[in-house]
Amino acid sequence: MLETIWFLLWGVLWAVYFALDGFDLGMGMLKPFLARDEYEKRVIYNAAGPFWDGNEVWLISAGGVTFAAFPLAYAAMFSGLYTALMLLLFALIVRGVSFEFRSKVDSPGWKALWDGCQVAGSFLPALLLGVAFANIFQGLPLDQNQVMHGGLLDLLNPYGLAGGVLFVLLFLLHGALWLSIKAEGDLRERAASTAAKLWPVLAAVIVVFLAYTWFATKLFTNYMANPALFLILLVPVGGLVMIRVWLAARRFWAAWGASAVMIIGVTLFAVVGLFPAILPSSLNPAWSLTATDAGIKASSSPLTLAIMLGVALVFVPIVIGYQFWVYKTFSAPVTREDLEY
Amino acid sequence: MDAILLSRLQFAAATMFHFIFVPLTLGLSVLIAGMETAYVRTGKELYLRMAKFWGKLFLINFVLGVVTGITLEFQFGTNWSRYSAYVGDIFGSLLAIEATAAFFLESTFIGVWVFGWKKLSPKAHAIVAWLVAGAGNLSAVWILIANGFMQNPLGYVIRNGRAELNDFMAVVLNPFAWQQFAHTILGAFCVAGFFVLGISAWHLARKSHEEFFNASLRIGAGVALAASILVAVQGHFHGNEVARVQPVKLAAMESHWETRANAPMYLLQIPGENGNVLEALPVPSLLSILAYNDPNAVVKGLNDVPAADRPPVAITFWAFRAMVGIGTIMPLIALFAWVKRRDIGKYPWFLKLLPWAIPLPYLGLQAGWIVAEVGRQPWIVHGLMRTSDAVSPISGGQVGFTLAAIIVLYTLLGAAGFFLAGRAVKQGPDAAR
Repeated sequence: MLETIWFLLWGVLWAVYFALDGFDLGMGMLKPFLARDEYEKRVIYNAAGPFWDGNEVWLISAGGVTFAAFPLAYAAMFSGLYTALMLLLFALIVRGVSFEFRSKVDSPGWKALWDGCQVAGSFLPALLLGVAFANIFQGLPLDQNQVMHGGLLDLLNPYGLAGGVLFVLLFLLHGALWLSIKAEGDLRERAASTAAKLWPVLAAVIVVFLAYTWFATKLFTNYMANPALFLILLVPVGGLVMIRVWLAARRFWAAWGASAVMIIGVTLFAVVGLFPAILPSSLNPAWSLTATDAGIKASSSPLTLAIMLGVALVFVPIVIGYQFWVYKTFSAPVTREDLEY
Repeated sequence: MDAILLSRLQFAAATMFHFIFVPLTLGLSVLIAGMETAYVRTGKELYLRMAKFWGKLFLINFVLGVVTGITLEFQFGTNWSRYSAYVGDIFGSLLAIEATAAFFLESTFIGVWVFGWKKLSPKAHAIVAWLVAGAGNLSAVWILIANGFMQNPLGYVIRNGRAELNDFMAVVLNPFAWQQFAHTILGAFCVAGFFVLGISAWHLARKSHEEFFNASLRIGAGVALAASILVAVQGHFHGNEVARVQPVKLAAMESHWETRANAPMYLLQIPGENGNVLEALPVPSLLSILAYNDPNAVVKGLNDVPAADRPPVAITFWAFRAMVGIGTIMPLIALFAWVKRRDIGKYPWFLKLLPWAIPLPYLGLQAGWIVAEVGRQPWIVHGLMRTSDAVSPISGGQVGFTLAAIIVLYTLLGAAGFFLAGRAVKQGPDAAR
């Protein structure tokens, strides 16, 4: 029971991470296409400024919870995806630093350097996370000793890349919607029309990805065994539809919220399909790392899971509470006056 | 080269680089929160300018500390997966608690701190500053409890082929962890104190912004004096704990080879890996007193430890000497600064010296952590798991590549950070941004 709860919480943490950091990664990718001058660039930086650091901690927590609740899966996943994860790290490092360093020197070369870091540091995490998760969906070459075979190039298979494209598009749309909230005037119009253009592309990719998933993975097995679960798909699909509706109505907050719901729904769809495996083995299902006894049990002791559950029940609501306060405090569009920092 | 050596080098590089930035973050955040509080209470503009000037330096430092910290959490899985699988039940949960209870708070409110000057009242902004400072120090508690488990594992049983938690409070209340925490945090306040002291002195030597930097210098001198005395006193008790829990580390710190009572300490000593190359000028019983507060106490020698279970003696010995030497100089400098704080301008040579003292506590902390971590070898978890059994099943080539990348990337970022901090210092408190 504890294992199942933690499996769901593990999925929820990743989902919240994607829904929050997704928009600032998306804006980082969109910046060179949307910002026409220094002023607009700074608006985009400031639209992410108060939030990105707190958002990224959801990734640290998702990693930490994998470590704490499923140490064997953490060990196999992080060592098995070694090069991809290191690239992800380097990207997140230069992105984080670019936020702080860019504004400190008034020279075009210096700013261009950190702008470049920001773009690369936003695109690579989006792509690599998508590639990594798609590979997990279809199973990784795990042997009976929980050692993964193959390297970075094996991850770049067609389904893995499809996952990468899906994540990049999800985050691009999410970022465009956030910028529609936070920017004013021209920049807002460009952000909103970019979101409108991205929407059909994303919708098409989601349909293709779901169909591809049917053939490339076993994610639908749980769904076929228990068709009521298909109702979960209403969440991402509903989110997707409502983005379009609210975008047309220029209700940007609602559209962004729908996009967050869609991202969370996509993640939950996959997590429910994975259950009870965290890392399915493509070599032999019995070698999969699982939350329960269905393969190699990867979870922590009941005592650790119980203590961690206590910690999560106390602190996660508190975290959500103050992060909500931060979003509320900084909900207004970025104005010229704000750019003095 | 093999994955184990490269992974050790990589972890050493990543942690030592991370730990250039963390101590200043821990100490300076508290000083800044104090400055903001003083502003709220007195309404004096000076304190606000102080919070903003030191805050700018704080932020450059902070971001480098945060981004290099993320690497560390990931590295347990990427490079030390067998360690993660073996002790993840305990160690992983401590890292997860750190993220949930402390790091979230710090990272969320640092954004509010930076962008909230106009959106929040001075009082609310000061509260945010305290949240950032408190959360950063709370992070250190959990990280050092996790490190404390590696130094002195408690509260576990070996079950299902791994270490499983059976007493959470024993893990959290690990006395070794709390000694390390106290020692580290006091060292961090030395860093912050000498940082403020040195930079203030640099400006005062140039007679620029004298009111501002005289006030800052007093704060720096007070913090540096208190912290450098306390860290030395507390270091003695930390040493007692090391002697009790890790007698082999203590023997390596002193290059002490023969197990004996009334163990002397040599004023002149050069260690080798199989005995001392030179030992002269013994002070009778001093080692026994320092380790156990008892001149007759028996101190275990390295000869009674199988060679395979000994840490590298010379590194541990010299790092310990460096730490203690720095710990002796720091209180003297801080004391002079404190005593002369009101007419420090009369001592231009001292004002020119103080900026050169900024690296001292940094070096002391790095040396101290070398003692703690190298002195624990060959164990990754003392007495429980060997470092050689902990490494991931990955190729040396992969690790070599990422090690090189980390060194290049960190060096570039460090240089950029150093450049920006230097610029901000020179621009002084009234720069436009």
